[in-house]
Parts: sequence; structure tokens; C-alpha cells
Amino acid sequence: MVSTSILPLQLDNVSFEVRGVRLIKDMSLSFPAGPRTAIIGPNGAGKSLFLRLCHGLLKPTSGVISWATTEDLNPSDAQAMVFQRPVMLRRSVAANIDYALKLRRIERSERIHRIDQVLGRAGLHRLKSQPARTLSFGEQQKLALARAWALKPQILFLDEPTASLDPAATHAVEEIIDAIHAEGAHIILTTHDLGQARRLSDEVIFLHRGRMLERTPSPEFFTQPRNDLAQAFVRGELLWWNLGKDNRKNKLKQSN
Amino acid sequence: MNEFSKAVAVAFQLVLGLDHQLIEIVSLSLQISVLAVIIAAFIGLPLGAAIALFRFPGRMAIVVFFNAFMGLPPVVVGLITYLLLSRSGTLGTLGLLFTPTAMIIAQVILVTPIIAALTRQLIEDLWIEYEDQLRSLGAGPGRAITALLWDGRFSLTTAILAGFGRASAEVGAVMIVGGNIDHVTRVMTTAIALEVSKGDLALALGLGIVLLTLSVSVNGAAFLINETARRRQS
Repeated sequence: MVSTSILPLQLDNVSFEVRGVRLIKDMSLSFPAGPRTAIIGPNGAGKSLFLRLCHGLLKPTSGVISWATTEDLNPSDAQAMVFQRPVMLRRSVAANIDYALKLRRIERSERIHRIDQVLGRAGLHRLKSQPARTLSFGEQQKLALARAWALKPQILFLDEPTASLDPAATHAVEEIIDAIHAEGAHIILTTHDLGQARRLSDEVIFLHRGRMLERTPSPEFFTQPRNDLAQAFVRGELLWWNLGKDNRKNKLKQSN
Repeated sequence: MNEFSKAVAVAFQLVLGLDHQLIEIVSLSLQISVLAVIIAAFIGLPLGAAIALFRFPGRMAIVVFFNAFMGLPPVVVGLITYLLLSRSGTLGTLGLLFTPTAMIIAQVILVTPIIAALTRQLIEDLWIEYEDQLRSLGAGPGRAITALLWDGRFSLTTAILAGFGRASAEVGAVMIVGGNIDHVTRVMTTAIALEVSKGDLALALGLGIVLLTLSVSVNGAAFLINETARRRQS
């Protein structure tokens, strides 16, 4: 039987550079179907770049990003991404989802069914005919998730999906993410919110300056991170990120 | 001053009395300019969007070309169209010279670069905002064109209005290729030029008032429709 899964996603020695500056460095890892992955790290660690590379929005300068081969499924048709700032087209809530489904060449009757289904699940059905841009920021982010959900992705990339949302909106968004995962989508999200990483992930990847320093199951990461920088990050010690390696070790010794 | 006041009074009489000659000229002017702008929009909007979204050798030269051609002198366009449509020209066999069709062709040449250049700039700005999202959904530059044109529709109205303003106000091109023939190719601008040279300031002024009123009305209506729609959408 031919597999219809595009996972695992495989990265082999992937690097990405802009004007000679390496922003992602020699990343080799694999994402099998199943566990939810949180990518954390300080600003400039390369979290968003990493997601964009995996999703195919950027091409690696070197290395290979590959998906499991399936006979009749294009990997780009089985993935979706939600960005930190939702981009809504100047049309109604329903039409925003319809546009995404049309691009995937889904038939009209199926499109209508999926739109109703995801809007209902995301709690946006009453706003169906409203212009999407008149929605609040939190509602727009829920709509962005609903739009991604309607595509029935096997893997969903989330780039800081709750940044600048209040706790209530964050909770609503996290519920939707959980529901999408429960339907079988692999979730890879970046976040600055350690609480969210704890709630929404089964494993954590810790990035620093474009390099993966640690990949650990979530419970272990939040209690006993192996990497010294990850330990400091979990403790919230962020003031000395830009110091050199020696100073950092001294600082770590002092704090231990 | 007395002469001018008299001319203004006669002009208003012509306008308010719906003078037959005036109506004929205004009607032909509108037909030609509106049709020219519609054709130019059909060419200029997708062309401008394509230049904004696709990367190809010589793109910068084309951008500079269209930007420069926004200020194309109407008489030069008239001359080129004249040479193309004259008996010995490439399209001479079509027998279009001194017809309204020739005037439409000249105005399309004049207006298309304006609409294309303004569309290019607007869609390029919009693409910066939309690119990641649209590409993530599966729309490359080709499939994004219609979505971006639709999303930029309120701002693109300004580009089309700029084209209409250019078409309805220009005199050089339509004078050369239309010939200002009474009842055939006489439009507002060519009629104003003719009446001024004849010394009939009243008709010239009457036409001037209509031209100005039309221009303000069209722009005002477009602005109101645009603003209402924009407010509903965002």
C-alpha cells in the first residue's frame, strides 16, 4: 500500500545565509508524524526562519529539506502555516477560507461543507459574512487558524501564533491548535511563551544563533535541560546573551 | 471683463438649455474617453501587476519605461498613431484615421502606461504584505495577480481615475488623429481649442464648464463609492 503521509520531514545539513551571514547553521533533524514540537530560543535565534525553510517559503543556501514521497500528493498541498500577524484578504470571513480552498482545487460543495465546519469549530460562524479585516486581532488569528484547518494539513507550522494576544484569546487559539492536532496534524510552533511551550508541545527544540542546541521531550526540557544556554533560558536569565562564551560560563558558574 | 462676463452668461445658457451641439460634443467625448480608459484598464491593470510580481531580465528597464511614459506628450502619441494609421502606415489599410476609433487608440496608448505604472507600484507594496501568506496557501505570483488586484481595488480606482483625467483632458492626440471633424470627431477639448481660435468664447467656456464639472463629478462619485466600500471592508 502506498503511503499518503508526507511525513517525516527531513532536514540534512540545512544552512541559510543572507549576504554571507549564516542565520541557520547545519541543521539535521527529522520530524515524524505525531508529537507536537515547540521551537524556542531568544530573539534572533532563527525560529521563524527555520519554520519558513521547512514550509518552503525560503530555500536553504545549502543542505536538503525533503518530505516522504507519496504518489499522488504534493507535499505543499498537505501543509499550512499561520503567521504571527494574520494576513486577511479584503473579503468576508467565509470568502477568506474559500479562497484558500479554491487554490487547492477543492470542489464547491466540499468547500461549503469545510467552511461551515471550521467556522463552527473555531467559534466564528456568526461572523461568517463579516469583512475579515473588521475582526479583532484575536478573531483574525482564529480565522487564520480556521483557514489553515480547512486545508486539512498533515503538518501545521505556527509562528508565534499568540504573540500580542490577551490571555482569553490565547486560550481560544490554543484550544483550536489542540483540536487541529487531535485530528492528526503534526504541530510545529515557535513561541517565546514558555508556559505555552509547556502546554502545547511534546518535545522542545532549543535554538540559539541559528543552531539547534537541544532537542528534548518537553517534561524533561522544562525540568532538566541539558544545554547550559537552555538552562539559563528556562530560568529566564536573558541579560547576558550577547556576552562571549567564557563570560557566559563564568556567569553560569556564579548562578549555580 | 465685460466680454468675459457675457461669455460666461452665454455659456451657462448653453449648458442649462442643453444645447444640441454641446450635448453631441460632450457625449462623443465621454464615449471616447470612457472606452479608452476601460480598454487601458484591461491592459494596464494585469500588466502592471505582472511587472510587480514577476522577476525577469529587463524588468527594471520596463519599470523606468512605464514611469517615464506616464508623462508622454499627447502630441507625440498623436503623431505616432497618425503615422501608424495613415494610408502609408502599418495599419493604413484599416482606414481608421480621422475616426473616433483612431482617437480611442491614441488615448489607450496615452493612458495605459499611467494605469500600468501606478498599478505596478501599488501591487508591489501589497505583495510585500501578502507574499508569505499567499505563497503559503499555494498562490505563486501568477495566481496571486487576481487576488491582489481585487484586494487593491480601492486604491486602484485612483489609478483608473488618473487615466480618465488624462484621457478627458488631452487635446494634442485626438486633434491629430481625429482631425476635429464636426459631428464626427469633435470632442470637448478640440472644440474648445477651435472655438477659442474662432473667437467664440461662449461655446468654449460652456464646454470648459462641462469638462470641469464632469471631471469633478466623476472623481467625486468614485471617491464616495470608494470610501463607502473601503469603510465596509476594513
